[in-house]
Amino acid sequence: MNKINTILLSLFFICFSLESHATLEIYITEGVNNARPVGIVPFHVSPGTVLPSSIDEVVAADLTRSGKFLALSRQQMPQLPKSDSEVDYSEWAAAGAEAVLIGHVQQQAADEFKVSLQLLDVIRGQITGGQTQMMSNGQMVTNRDHVLDEWSWVISGDEFRQYAHRISDIVYEKLTGEKGAFLTQIAYIIVRDSETEAKPFQLIVADYDGKNENILLRSNEPLMSPSWSPDGRKLAYVSFENKKPQIFIQDIYTGSRTMITDFPGINGAPTFSPDGNQLAMVLSKDGNPEIYVMNLASKRLRQITRNRAIDTEPSWSPDGKHLIFSSERGGKPQIYRVNLATGKTRRVTFEGDMNLGGTYTPDGTQMVMVNRTRGNYHIAKQGVDSGDMLVLTKTFLDESPSLAPNGSMIIYSTLHEGRQVLSLVSLDGRFKARLPVSEGQVKSPSWSPFL
Amino acid sequence: MQLKKVFKGFVIALPLVTVMACTTTDNGVDEAAAKEAAAAQAAADQAAREAEAEKAEIMAMQQRDKMAAEQRAKDIATLEQDQVVYFDFDTSNLTSSARAILSKHAEFLALNPDQSIVIEGHCDRRGTPEYNIALGERRAKSIQTYLLNANVSSSQMSVVSYGEEKPVANGTSQSAFAQNRRGVLVYQ
Repeated sequence: MNKINTILLSLFFICFSLESHATLEIYITEGVNNARPVGIVPFHVSPGTVLPSSIDEVVAADLTRSGKFLALSRQQMPQLPKSDSEVDYSEWAAAGAEAVLIGHVQQQAADEFKVSLQLLDVIRGQITGGQTQMMSNGQMVTNRDHVLDEWSWVISGDEFRQYAHRISDIVYEKLTGEKGAFLTQIAYIIVRDSETEAKPFQLIVADYDGKNENILLRSNEPLMSPSWSPDGRKLAYVSFENKKPQIFIQDIYTGSRTMITDFPGINGAPTFSPDGNQLAMVLSKDGNPEIYVMNLASKRLRQITRNRAIDTEPSWSPDGKHLIFSSERGGKPQIYRVNLATGKTRRVTFEGDMNLGGTYTPDGTQMVMVNRTRGNYHIAKQGVDSGDMLVLTKTFLDESPSLAPNGSMIIYSTLHEGRQVLSLVSLDGRFKARLPVSEGQVKSPSWSPFL
Repeated sequence: MQLKKVFKGFVIALPLVTVMACTTTDNGVDEAAAKEAAAAQAAADQAAREAEAEKAEIMAMQQRDKMAAEQRAKDIATLEQDQVVYFDFDTSNLTSSARAILSKHAEFLALNPDQSIVIEGHCDRRGTPEYNIALGERRAKSIQTYLLNANVSSSQMSVVSYGEEKPVANGTSQSAFAQNRRGVLVYQ
């Protein structure tokens, strides 16, 4: 299945990536001080092997970008071991590293590479001295508990980047106990210069680190609100290509697209339910923006809000039983939560002038939203039940927060030097980074589920 | 149209010619043929006159239409020079200058019930894109309500909100924000 996906993905890239040279680079702006040092040793390459690209550099960048780790630079590494038997654990401990990743790449055929890896626990290795055998109750036993994991794959040249992210996921999960989100993607909208581009509005899908930027759709009218299906295969979004807003669902791999709604007035803010069978949306067909839920099989609509004020920006709870949404019913926009079974609705945000664009964290215990306090728009988080709010960002005109599927990081749109760019902030607010692009305004980021 | 008239003339004249030709005797040949030719000529003349009159009428009508269309295009061009009204932050209330602009459009639209317009609502970039779509629609609708009250038919108007997606001014100055908080009347 994965193989098929990869083939489809490759075909797709060939079809759509002709003009996608621009890539995002990430500038870490805050928070490296709190990161845990790790040693990602430059991979050992067998003689005669021609590497298509580096794996260890991608892994080091991934881990550093997570905000949780700091990959030591080559100068900071005490040695460049080829296997665990060569590792001097006390040296690595002195360098501050808690873990070391050692890799080996051997070319087996023209486009066939064997990649072998060992992830080593420096602290454990220091205790046991990295001895692979020790006496226990008078018997010689094999002890390799300093090896956190070791494995190998045979991969092709164009899979290097993907497998590098896979390695990052494994390292991250071994060291944090939390699933890594390095093999994920982000969807976003770029608005290019309309004077140079006939179709300046573009829907993009890229790897989470901004590489492999691919244009799914170009339009001469606005595109808005991309949102992933839970299986990561489809995007729902709003297109004004017919001079009015309509909701579409597009298959990312085949490119086929279906118009889902074409009602008079607003057709906006589509969001897939966690089971993928329903689509929450905003329609103003009866005169006022209201939240609806559509059953995607029957296309039947269920009206959730009925209010003379603006109701918009629905977001599903992970269990699919609640929606949070923005409503002006109390004067200024605030976040409300509705129980879909009972229809019971209550206001959940009270801090600041207004709160908008709420979204649940994957564990369902917290919400992330846009908070306006004294005229400043920042990303904030709040417990769904506790009501304590914490402002996470200090950037300008922040909007459209979207969470990584492991809940560790928020991607959002902000204004930097007069341009709309994407930024990252960790859920604890300690780590911040910016993802600039070469040209255009970048907005409405949406982080994919685990792929 | 003209051809049709001429053809009609022939349809009447031709059978007469053939019938006469079959029934006349030697004496009456010339006389009958002359009468017949005169009748045919009269019918053809009549058809030609009618066609001429019709043509003139059509031309006059076209001329009137052309002048009216020119006048209307001129009126629309004048109105389009003042097709944008501006709003204050986070509100859809019409200012007095907005009302003054809209009243001119209303006057024209009420007199030209076959003229349709699209009312666009726009916002500055503050706030979320989805909220701004809703706010932009409210702005466009407050223009629509004003025009309805000024005797413009609802069938002449459609409303679309672009929220913050189509700014006319970039940047984050107060003046850029103010230029983007707007309603636009687009003549179709």
